[in-house]
Amino acid sequence: MTKEEALYEYLIRLGDNALILGQRLGEWCGHAHQLESDIAMTNVSLDLIGQARMLLTEAGVVEGKGRTEDDLAFHRNEFDFRNNLLVEMANGDFAQTITRQFFFDGFYYHLLQALKTSKSEFLQAFALKSIKEVTYHRELSADFVVRLGDGTEVSHDKMQNAVDLLWEYTGELFEMTEADEILMAEGMVPDLNEIKALWEKDMIAALEKATLSIPDTKGYMASGSRKGNHTEYLGYILAEMQYYPRMMPDAKW
Amino acid sequence: MPVERTIENIYTLLEDVKDPEIPVLSVRDLGILRDVTISPEGKVAVTITPTYSGCPAMDTIEREVKEKLIGEGLDVEVITKISPAWTTDWMTEEGRQKLEDYGIAPPAETTADKASLFAKAKVVRCPRCKSEETSLISQFGSTACKALYRCDDCLETFDYFKCI
Repeated sequence: MTKEEALYEYLIRLGDNALILGQRLGEWCGHAHQLESDIAMTNVSLDLIGQARMLLTEAGVVEGKGRTEDDLAFHRNEFDFRNNLLVEMANGDFAQTITRQFFFDGFYYHLLQALKTSKSEFLQAFALKSIKEVTYHRELSADFVVRLGDGTEVSHDKMQNAVDLLWEYTGELFEMTEADEILMAEGMVPDLNEIKALWEKDMIAALEKATLSIPDTKGYMASGSRKGNHTEYLGYILAEMQYYPRMMPDAKW
Repeated sequence: MPVERTIENIYTLLEDVKDPEIPVLSVRDLGILRDVTISPEGKVAVTITPTYSGCPAMDTIEREVKEKLIGEGLDVEVITKISPAWTTDWMTEEGRQKLEDYGIAPPAETTADKASLFAKAKVVRCPRCKSEETSLISQFGSTACKALYRCDDCLETFDYFKCI
């Protein structure tokens, strides 16, 4: 694997996470329990879609085959996507959405903090810009996790169910491949084990504050996205997202 | 024969390009406009820095910058640069004042002590009655750059242009 191929893989991984999670959050538009949450979900979605656009555009440049952000977002199939399984999980109820967000924001925040000193000019610029947005996302999701977890009996139970359901999808966020090794040697990306330690510390503190417990998965964690193996949820989200650009491939906004 | 243009002249022309979502603010007030150069052949290059990653106003702003200068008979190129990242600190004093007059509370602090996990609320002044007794309703308001506040004195809700 060349350095360019490694960087392409890394950019696709980041870009797909932002794209798929952005699309998922967009599904809340007009459906949340109160207007403020509805707007917050779609605001976060907008930030993530904007980040996905930058990442996929750059991935296309690094790849050097002339593919644009649109080609990469709308004309790749399921097994070419490299987003984490966590972000493609269904919205479920609001507890599930906010727990998914909380797990992801914690990871993304620390990853971007580390990328602020990346030797890749693009990754550094991207991280310095995006961290500002993700800091707000993380505040929102952490705040809700505590408020709902340490809330009523009903909200607590819903949150605990969401944590139990999604926890086993978090291990995969920190899996490394050959691409990580190559880019780490170049000083371009961090060791994900270090990010994991920071993430775990945050999770334990916030979940404790939220009176929620971490489920015992007996060490089992779901895996697959690094190789393009996804849950059944991704096909449906792509079908919806990609339908129009594929039906009208020359359509312009 | 086109009129001789200076860089200051281009900046002045671009005062007419407003943020489509906050029409009292020009691109210059917002600090989006980072650089203007004129090549010896007369080609104008305008460098802009996007605010939020997903801000839908940015495409409009880019188009309007082009249209404005092309309308003046200039050959123009717009360059989008994400580094250094845009910050509310770049907003001009004039811009902040215009925001408050328009009914949007300007950014209350610089980005240095940005809120972290479970941070304390900052003081945001009500743009209508100028009371400092206000409370945050939602960190996410009508656009990506704004939060929603309520004034506890005059009881009106208002937008706050949050710091990034």
